Amino acid sequence: MPQLDITTYASQLFWLVVCFGVLYVLLSRLALPRIATALEERRDRIADELDQAAQLKKQSEEVLAAYEASLAESRERAHALSQETRHKVQQEAEAQRQKIDAELREKVADAEARIKNSRTQAREQLQGISSELAGLILQQVAGTSIPQQQIDESVAKALKRRE
Amino acid sequence: MFITPAHAASGFEIDPMHQFEIQTLLPLQIGGIDISFTNSAAWMVIITLAAYIFLATAMRRSALVPGRLQSLAELSYEFVLNMVQQNAGKGSLPYFPFIYTLFLFILCANMFGMLPYAFTVTSHIAVTFAFAVFIFIGATIIGFVKHGVGFCQFFVPKGVPIFLLPLLVVIEIISYLTRPISLSVRLFANMMAGHAMLKVFAGFVGALGIIGGWLPLGFMVAFTGLEILIAFLQAYVFTILTCIYLHDALHMH
Repeated sequence: MPQLDITTYASQLFWLVVCFGVLYVLLSRLALPRIATALEERRDRIADELDQAAQLKKQSEEVLAAYEASLAESRERAHALSQETRHKVQQEAEAQRQKIDAELREKVADAEARIKNSRTQAREQLQGISSELAGLILQQVAGTSIPQQQIDESVAKALKRRE
Repeated sequence: MFITPAHAASGFEIDPMHQFEIQTLLPLQIGGIDISFTNSAAWMVIITLAAYIFLATAMRRSALVPGRLQSLAELSYEFVLNMVQQNAGKGSLPYFPFIYTLFLFILCANMFGMLPYAFTVTSHIAVTFAFAVFIFIGATIIGFVKHGVGFCQFFVPKGVPIFLLPLLVVIEIISYLTRPISLSVRLFANMMAGHAMLKVFAGFVGALGIIGGWLPLGFMVAFTGLEILIAFLQAYVFTILTCIYLHDALHMH
């Protein structure tokens, strides 16, 4: 078995110490710190980006909240505006209605006055005709005449009674 | 190296241990000690270069969004880091570079050993035992530095009847002392057995020829897949046990 050949041990150990020692120095001084740095940088970078993402998310949430607030505010304003407009229109309509009402009432009063006037005139004419007629009837039927003034008074009296 | 050429009239000669032989490429001696540059040393150099070049290339342009190679490097880094943090606990971070280097070195050694004609560095007990003894002594020193003489309490189990204690303390000490042996033999034996077995079946392929050789060849293909798994698994096991020994030294229980 070549493994038990003691004469080769010194050479194997010597070269093992040399090679392993060199590799140890190279790795611990050069290679491993570089890997450690690379890993650390990546970890930091990822943590940074996550932080940034969280911040951006917060910002977007704030913007959304602001947008919703302004939306609610404008909705409220629109509601108030429509309420006000409705109120104003109602008031105007009411005013117009009252105005028209007043006009109509005036016209009615006017018409009533005219009717009253016409009625008075008609009654006066009626009284004139009646008394004339009464004088004539009296002359034809009774053959007497009464002074016109008397007839007039009697007719007026009779008409008054009838009313 | 899988199929040895025919030797004289004996047909195919199967020598599964031949692949573990250490051949001197460049004789070298310092103070009478033979430290020749061998095929084993050459593969150690290749492992070291490959491991470093892999990481250096991967991290040459350290990108925020990693490419394939960088992902692989970062994956191995986090894999070992998690292993160290979960198994060795608090205060184990200073030893992370050593454990990462250990994992990468053993993994590369095992994996490069899967290449045909390659030499498996970790199939030699001298190498694995050197690792294990270094880890064992290191962990013991860390234990005594951290806890002082109190580290000896590690060998005294709690909640045990007094008359059993002497026996149990002896058992604990023996099990502690055998750690480097079990750690090193596990890796070395796994590597050696797998490669020797592949070699034996490769010999069968040669011996049975074109008619009967297909069966052992198919087995070899499947077994190569299993060997790659074992190559990774043994590197993982070696590293995780190192973490556990470190945990014992740092936290005692």
